[in-house]
Amino acid sequence: MRRILLTGNGAAAWGARLAATDYIPAFPITPQTEIIETIADWIDQDEMDARMVTMESEHSMITAAAAAAASGIRVFSATSSQGLLYAMEMLYTVSGWRAPFVLVNVSRGLASPITLEPDHNDVMAARDSGFLQIHCSTCQEVLDSTLMAFRLAEHEHIRLPVIVNMDGFYLSFTREPVEIPQAADIKHFVGDYDAENVRFRASAPVSQAVAVLGGAPYSYFRYETHMAAQNGLRVYDELSTAFAEQFGRTYSAIDAYRCDDADIVLVMLGSFATKARAAVDRLRAAGHTIGLLRPRLLRPFPVEQFRNLLAGKAGVAVIDQNLSMGMGGVLHAELAGALYGDAHAPSRLLSFIGGLGGRDISLEEFYRIAEVTRTAVDEQRTPPPRLLYTEQELREMRKLQAVASVERDELNNNGKLSRD
Amino acid sequence: MLALCGAHGALYGQAQKWLRYRLQNRIGAQQRAGAILTMYRIRFHGRGGQGMKTASRILGMAFFLEGYEIQDAPRYGAERRGAPIFAYVRADDQPIFERGIITHPDLVVVADDSLVPVPAAGVLGGVDQHTVLLINSDQSAETWQRRLNLDSRIISLPAETIERDELRFIGATCTGAAARLLGVIKRVSLEYAIEQELADLSDAVIEQNLSRALLAYDCMKRNQACVQPVADTEADAYTRPDWIDLPFDDARIAAPDIHAAANSVQIKTGLWRTLRPVIDYERCNRCWWVCSTFCPDGAIKVDGKTPLIDYDHCKGCMVCVAQCPPHAIEAIPEEVAQQQDAEQETIR
Repeated sequence: MRRILLTGNGAAAWGARLAATDYIPAFPITPQTEIIETIADWIDQDEMDARMVTMESEHSMITAAAAAAASGIRVFSATSSQGLLYAMEMLYTVSGWRAPFVLVNVSRGLASPITLEPDHNDVMAARDSGFLQIHCSTCQEVLDSTLMAFRLAEHEHIRLPVIVNMDGFYLSFTREPVEIPQAADIKHFVGDYDAENVRFRASAPVSQAVAVLGGAPYSYFRYETHMAAQNGLRVYDELSTAFAEQFGRTYSAIDAYRCDDADIVLVMLGSFATKARAAVDRLRAAGHTIGLLRPRLLRPFPVEQFRNLLAGKAGVAVIDQNLSMGMGGVLHAELAGALYGDAHAPSRLLSFIGGLGGRDISLEEFYRIAEVTRTAVDEQRTPPPRLLYTEQELREMRKLQAVASVERDELNNNGKLSRD
Repeated sequence: MLALCGAHGALYGQAQKWLRYRLQNRIGAQQRAGAILTMYRIRFHGRGGQGMKTASRILGMAFFLEGYEIQDAPRYGAERRGAPIFAYVRADDQPIFERGIITHPDLVVVADDSLVPVPAAGVLGGVDQHTVLLINSDQSAETWQRRLNLDSRIISLPAETIERDELRFIGATCTGAAARLLGVIKRVSLEYAIEQELADLSDAVIEQNLSRALLAYDCMKRNQACVQPVADTEADAYTRPDWIDLPFDDARIAAPDIHAAANSVQIKTGLWRTLRPVIDYERCNRCWWVCSTFCPDGAIKVDGKTPLIDYDHCKGCMVCVAQCPPHAIEAIPEEVAQQQDAEQETIR
């Protein structure tokens, strides 16, 4: 075991390497490119025994990944944002092939307007595809989750592709100390891929995922995939126990931080959740009984675990780094669905939207979120969803609009827009 | 087989060196127990190509070698060479959970003083009286103190650490100076960090970086440990964020469109230039197309058969210098070119 400095991208590449991946179809996109560059370099230097093929698009890349997985070998790939969306048709298609592989997504906000910085709308778009999803908050977690993802994907009761998600910039380009486990230990943990009846071979044609007419066979196949995804909850728990025993790092389906005696709980995905954790420590120091829940598994969604962890809590603030147009925060809605009707569900479930397109969330904003949630509990009234956006930010936005717009005069009218 | 032996040899050599280093310096978590439990936050500002990412990595590695938990990261957009970029380093005795841009830096390192007045570069963001500003500049610290009217301590990189025509080593110089200002990084750790981070480069280049970084480190002795971290805002005494309800704007306003035509001309990207291409018209063979065609920014116009460089928009990428068949374009450090301009002006 060595402890070195690695970016999130570097950690993902190490995950693919240590899991003894055979095949990597690739297509570059910021902020993911460093992953495939790193792997390409290793293959070039004979440090990694794998085949990499650069494809002409992410659509082809996912098709190649699943086709290769269907031949019974271990496959890794990576993408981000617009690339993930470009591959979306095949994401939904190949999960039905029941050929497992691991796809790292480096989260980046979606166009329009186009950006390079992170939020979770890209990976949320893959939410219903049949890919399982593990969300990471540190570079170490990216490496460890990539290893766990292979076992999850390849498990006989699952056999579905898995997305390992990390935030662009905040993890992808950020170096942190990361422990690289010994290859032999990893070999023991990840094991070999037993492809069972998955053995697509040259000269032995297989019709993969045939057409069905009539809803009944269609329903059968779709619901079987859903149940396989749900098996992920049980398998994941076994897996994380095994991982903790061997490597000493615990990754529960939901990472609960200082929640046992908390009456206010923050809920957040991904690397921004470490900022929430830092805020929880400082709020605790000031006497607030507050905790943090960070789901690592988004698919399957750990409904029962959420119910148990939030039973009897007074107020919950969900901070969504995504936005479902016309609805709001996705995680907030999913959690509301999971908690509805549960006798011990918290009475106040607040929604905050923050971190869109990499917009930072300050320590003070976490303090304020805690305060607003406490007030909602005390006054027994849930405030409407809140976008984290300051007056100063709007002023700066108005200035940009003045530069970009012929409506400059209107914008200059006390910073407010007037109608004709 | 030979190549394999070579690789192994190099690895073995590195491992040996590492072991020696550890023994000499007894680095480990235990050694740091009992030290001040506060996070260092350092921000580097420069232009794409000046090595700010590498500078942040060297400093991050040096902290790591001293037994700190660290985080280092660059931040840039789609534009690269010449564009304002920054990179940051956090270091703490504890695991670091804070992420993203450093809003309250303890130390701000400015490799290129032309960035200070550029609002988009954000050099002075979050700078207060506890922040130390290290500026690479011909101007004295006193001049900057007056110019910026800040309570912060300003340190100018001493002239002896910089040869103006050696701008490509400015990252190493800045890192060396920064390491000394922090006061918790030993000279040998800085040295080893540079060797680690530049391992892919030739020995000669590593040596040049090392000598400059160590010279800067030594020159900063007077200011050793002048950077001190501060505690965070406490949860029971904070300023509330001034959140607002975003007003609804019609699509006429709220669609992300730019209506004003050709406004990119107004952005003087020529300010990004660290090297200036200068055409020697004696040598130029009036081919009328090579330099202007290769210029990625369309900043070379041909008037008849004479190429003219638009210095308002030339970013100084030096593609024209590389492409010109009769080698008629010379690369001159921007500072030197500006001095020459000023002298010409005086003569006139």
